[in-house]
Amino acid sequence: MEKIQMKRRDFVKIVGLASGGLILGCNVSPEKIVINTLEDGISFVPNLFIQLQKDGKVTIVVARSEMGQGIRTSMASAIAEDLEADWQYVSVQQATGDAKFGNQNTDGSRSIRTLLRPMRKMGAMARSILEQAAANKWGTSVENCKAENHFIVNSSSGEKVFFGDLVEEAKTIPIPSDENIILKDKKDFKYIGKKVIRGIDMEDFLHGKSKYGLDARLPNMKYASIARSPVTFGSVKSYDSSDTEEISGVEQVVQLDRLIPPAGQFFGMLGGVAVVANNTWSAFQGKNNLNIEWNSGINESYDSEKFKEKLIDRIHNTAKVVPPFKGDVTKAFNNADKVIEATYTMPHLAHAPMEVPNALAWVRDGKCDVWAPVQDPQTVRAEIAHFFGFAIEDITINVMMLGGAFGRKSKSDFVVEAVSLSQKIKAPVQVVWSREDDIQHSFYHAQNAQYVKGSLDKNGNVTGWLHRVAFPSITSSFKPMSDYIAGFELGMGFTNNPYNIPNIQIENAKAESHLRIGWLRSVSNIISGFGINSFVDELAVASGKDAIDFRLNLLGEDKISTEKSPHPFNVARLKNVLLEAKKLSDWKRELPEGHGLGVAIHYSFYSYVATVVEVSVKSEKVKIENIYSVLDCGMYVNRDAVINQMEGAAIFGMSITMFGKISTKNGTVDQSNFHDYQMTRMIDAPNIHVHLVDNDEDPTGVGEPGVPPVSAAITNAIFSATGKRVRSLPLSDHGMV
Amino acid sequence: MQTLTINGKDYQIKAPEGMPLLWAIRDLIGLTGTKFGCGVAQCGACSIMIDGVVVRSCSTMVSQGVGKKITTIEGSSDSLTALRQAWRNNSVPQCGYCQSGQLISAAELLDTNENPTDKDIDNAMSGNICRCGTYVRIKKAIKEAVELKKQA
Repeated sequence: MEKIQMKRRDFVKIVGLASGGLILGCNVSPEKIVINTLEDGISFVPNLFIQLQKDGKVTIVVARSEMGQGIRTSMASAIAEDLEADWQYVSVQQATGDAKFGNQNTDGSRSIRTLLRPMRKMGAMARSILEQAAANKWGTSVENCKAENHFIVNSSSGEKVFFGDLVEEAKTIPIPSDENIILKDKKDFKYIGKKVIRGIDMEDFLHGKSKYGLDARLPNMKYASIARSPVTFGSVKSYDSSDTEEISGVEQVVQLDRLIPPAGQFFGMLGGVAVVANNTWSAFQGKNNLNIEWNSGINESYDSEKFKEKLIDRIHNTAKVVPPFKGDVTKAFNNADKVIEATYTMPHLAHAPMEVPNALAWVRDGKCDVWAPVQDPQTVRAEIAHFFGFAIEDITINVMMLGGAFGRKSKSDFVVEAVSLSQKIKAPVQVVWSREDDIQHSFYHAQNAQYVKGSLDKNGNVTGWLHRVAFPSITSSFKPMSDYIAGFELGMGFTNNPYNIPNIQIENAKAESHLRIGWLRSVSNIISGFGINSFVDELAVASGKDAIDFRLNLLGEDKISTEKSPHPFNVARLKNVLLEAKKLSDWKRELPEGHGLGVAIHYSFYSYVATVVEVSVKSEKVKIENIYSVLDCGMYVNRDAVINQMEGAAIFGMSITMFGKISTKNGTVDQSNFHDYQMTRMIDAPNIHVHLVDNDEDPTGVGEPGVPPVSAAITNAIFSATGKRVRSLPLSDHGMV
Repeated sequence: MQTLTINGKDYQIKAPEGMPLLWAIRDLIGLTGTKFGCGVAQCGACSIMIDGVVVRSCSTMVSQGVGKKITTIEGSSDSLTALRQAWRNNSVPQCGYCQSGQLISAAELLDTNENPTDKDIDNAMSGNICRCGTYVRIKKAIKEAVELKKQA
């Protein structure tokens, strides 16, 4: 009997993994369908993501990059949950960059938001087949067969059979139709929303066995360090490598030209002079010994302090008015009881993940293999195909563990460098950035300036809000002459200001870029989070009201946005996190002398966060005593990992606020390593208290939403402790750390 | 040729003049658990122990390790055993990259101080940067490891 069966690949399509359009647009013939790396002819492989072996071992493919958010554990637990697998049998295999896995771009706090349901369906589909396999084995109806912790139990006879013993039978069973794939009920969850028993990578972390990009090793591989122009987009005029060649271990010196990406996509590479050696240290030493004369080019005059003044000047004048247009701010200001205004600035920032950018590439026989810590392996693959002409299937991107990323490892310039060099020297080569390279040649978070003017009526209600913003856009890294903030950047807090204010005007001021601009954990929400939360605090003070009561009132009536969105904004949820933070921080408590509490709220990546910070200020020096953070991200998978992310976001936000500053003179970045681009250390780390809101809403972002409220919560707390309003970051510029 | 004794095992290497231990361990010997973070003893990712004392291997010459007992994250000790258990209990790591150095620094603290105070922990650990920000958990886990070690 021939029956039309659903193919495994079609299943992937049905559960919605093809959100990037990549699988949907791909009509492969049936012969080519089994391209699953897990397919060994022996095991049961129901789909691209699951392999069940006869000994019961379950291997789960994770197609998102692990950079500390715990995605390998949470993706595996999502599948294991609906597979009804026993966690002790579960291990993970990292997917290479391949469109067959759907969108792999690990960015935008969206992995769980977009993949929880599809991954659960992968597990449920396999469970359904195993239940049918057991029914066949026992000659009973499938209704009597229920999966329980790696066994199928026969409810009528009480018999049970181990998952591994069903492999042969399961392989013969057709893929069930969508309506027969039933997800587990929330009340039966044993992994989702719970503390995970064992993180997938825990033992490797504890014994130094995790393989990060920098740990990739091949026989006879070379190591390379690249000198890049100190001024962005400068080029090599001439160089003398005689001192370099004297370094023991140095083998070759190779000039690399800049690769400019086509408009709208990819990252290219800066070019420079590469020193190839038989170990990393010799490559570093060799680079330091190079004598290079540079053509500095158009960015030579970039001085970030002067540029700040220019931005401030621009936001103090009328700029481009952008939607939403709401009411009439001029009228509101004219009729106001009180009008206040303020200007806020923040400098450039670099990601500085603990693992520097690096990539091992091996070009040979028309093929290109890469081992690298990358957030977006499919873009890396496409970029290599673009620049070097390989067929996409001849490029393999092995995604290593990422020793932190924060957006830096979305940009594949360091991989392009390694491929370019491997092609030239005809050997496997690992390009290793020094920390100085990382700090001085990043894709920087944008320096920014904001001007806000607001009005209050005689009852202390806000009637008008004028917000002018200027910062170089991320778009400038993809399209020259992009001198205004892009819509997607303004959409991170500015044009979707959550407050219910009758008259709002948003203005976008010009800002050219003189460095490569990129996204850094929570992107322009860092800017809006600081500006809006600071100014609302100033308005609250001007109105004489309590900072939390003022915000609750200003948020207005409970309502859900009618704008088109996968997760419409719900003002009640924002109010709720604020109320929870009030409780968690014991907001009304009496504080010791010199202490102050500050609050901030922010909605980003569809999640709701409120943060209260307690500071103490002694002889003008600020100490962060406590951070209280409340997150509503809907349904979450790994409870402890979510809390860990919020703790980390608090520290990340602290580093930005206390020390975060990349500055330039003559187009060259002033900072170079952790002594002058400082991070929060344990001695400065506060107590951090995190509360997660439990509800049945769809899952939303976790990795980034904790960052945006931190800066303003700190500066608002400083105001409450001292009466001093800090409007420009970092605090180290004010001698406060 | 030089001989380095790492975690009780001898390795013969031929290191270029002036090479720091970090690169001998990672590139010449191939033990990659010890991490590169800054190269200038600012971040602690490369921490190892030489004869029980924590050093930053990125800034310690190979010659300073010859004839001594070197312990890296791949090694073991009573303190490391207790710390690893506490790290598991508290799900400390995020990306995990700095944790080799964190565990080595914490191991020296436990080896030399039976009852570290909060201040002792801050002082011992503030040379180790964790960009993911797991400090609260590290501190809690160290305190727990102190108790675990006493019970062992």
